[in-house]
Amino acid sequence: MRIFRRQALPGFGLTLGLVLSYLTLIVLLPLAALVLKSASIGPHEFWAAATSPRALAAYRVTFGSAALAGLVNLVFGTLLAWVLVRYRFPGRGFIDALVDLPFALPTAVAGITLTALYAGNGPLGRWIEAAGYKVAYTPNGIVVALVFVSLPFIVRSVQPVLESLEADVEEAAATLGAGRLTILAKVILPALWPAILAGFALAFARSIGEYGSVIFIAGNMPMVSEIAPLLIVAKLDQRDYAGAAAIAVVILAVSFAVLLAINLVQLWLVRRRSAKAVR
Amino acid sequence: MKRGVARPPALRDPWWLALPLILVALAFAALFLLLPLVAVFGYAFEKGWDVFVTAIGDPDAREAIRLTVQVAAISVPANLVFGIAAAWLVTRFEFRGKGLLVSLIDLPFAVSPVIAGLVYVLLFGLHGWLGEWLAERDIHVIFALPGIVLATVFVTFPIVARELIPLMQAQGDEEEQAARTLGASGFTMFWRVTLPKIGWGLLYGVILCNARAMGEFGAVSVVSGHIRGLTNTMPLHVEILYNEYQSTAAFAVAALLALLALVTLVLKHAIGWRIARTTSDESSTEARP
Repeated sequence: MRIFRRQALPGFGLTLGLVLSYLTLIVLLPLAALVLKSASIGPHEFWAAATSPRALAAYRVTFGSAALAGLVNLVFGTLLAWVLVRYRFPGRGFIDALVDLPFALPTAVAGITLTALYAGNGPLGRWIEAAGYKVAYTPNGIVVALVFVSLPFIVRSVQPVLESLEADVEEAAATLGAGRLTILAKVILPALWPAILAGFALAFARSIGEYGSVIFIAGNMPMVSEIAPLLIVAKLDQRDYAGAAAIAVVILAVSFAVLLAINLVQLWLVRRRSAKAVR
Repeated sequence: MKRGVARPPALRDPWWLALPLILVALAFAALFLLLPLVAVFGYAFEKGWDVFVTAIGDPDAREAIRLTVQVAAISVPANLVFGIAAAWLVTRFEFRGKGLLVSLIDLPFAVSPVIAGLVYVLLFGLHGWLGEWLAERDIHVIFALPGIVLATVFVTFPIVARELIPLMQAQGDEEEQAARTLGASGFTMFWRVTLPKIGWGLLYGVILCNARAMGEFGAVSVVSGHIRGLTNTMPLHVEILYNEYQSTAAFAVAALLALLALVTLVLKHAIGWRIARTTSDESSTEARP
């Protein structure tokens, strides 16, 4: 029962004004300046700058590594979330806390540490190179850095969904004689897909913009292991502002498109599931 | 929180399924999370405590630490005020375009840090839209403190709001309504009712925002110009030392940043536990007849 008559709380005008002006000044105007800059050179030059061979190679490296790292985390991040939610073992709380490390650890610190670990004389790199592979200073290193950076996105996206999954559906399936693996594949995984997809998209969007952790380990060879954000920096150093802006617009457009797409897919999945439940 | 719910025996995984899964997950976590964390400190103290102290005490390193603290001291309070205002606006009022506003608040998370730096160079740089106007008045934004602060604010923009919005949504506005009915002014209501209610969530938002502000690399790297002892923050100093093959010194400064990250993680878990406990206390009292 509500005791108090509802009334408007104060501060609407104040907070709306503050939020809108801060948002406009810090975020919207600067982003508009970027779009304007890339538009100021005309469509032909924009196209030439955005699709030069070096830029295309950088997109390939960036999007390819981001997708690969996302897939690695899709498997292992989901597994980690599952193990953390469903099983009890010593050190569980510690690992759970550690999942946030990539959010909190500065990217440059992650970058130099991963490089030292995976370089030919590092503790991991020594073994890897003895086996005939190379990670540091190759495109593989980019994937390793991106796996580290984007791991929390998938774990933290899947974990709450797993926690809130009702036991009765599983129970019903078990009562009806379904084996544990069947339940995993037919009951639990379908319920997790929206969260896994959302986590993957967030991880991918974060990965294509990542800079600090990648540049130390990548080797940064143009056409081979140069990521798009680094190419933006290279263009800036050459004072090619319009060229930098053109590549930035492409990267931004892809990030936004991925996040928009995942919102739509999630909406669709949720609607389909609730439609099924009604039926 | 639903953690630790006892499951019926039929739903408990057999050990031959659980054990391999736990081992694979632990191996993955050890390789990608634990090993890098241990390695930062391992490399920092490789040559002993004295070398570590000398590296931290170096004038350039001290200047980098000072600048980093200064940048965080400006950008964190700015984002704190914005975060509280945004959370209050979004959770206490209904208005058209709210969904769009929430998406716009999250926008900086979808922007590459390098692009966050680039937009300010395009605005305030010598060849930028306002470059000439600023140069005539001898105002330095890019390659100076204001540019570093702006880039940091941009990158850490949504953090406090993101922590507060779900918390304030869950808490509802009954107590604020009560305070108003009892005649409290807007300020008193905020200071005596809202702030104590959101305290722990706010504290965590501020801590996370601070850690990210002090550790930001990409955005700051683009606007700073890497002037040693002048516009060099701690993460940029790590890069310089590393590229000069002063690996131990680089890891010494990196270890300070990693320590900050560790403190952030510990506080997050302590605070998360506290919030969970207070909200479950509230719900249990509410459940009483």
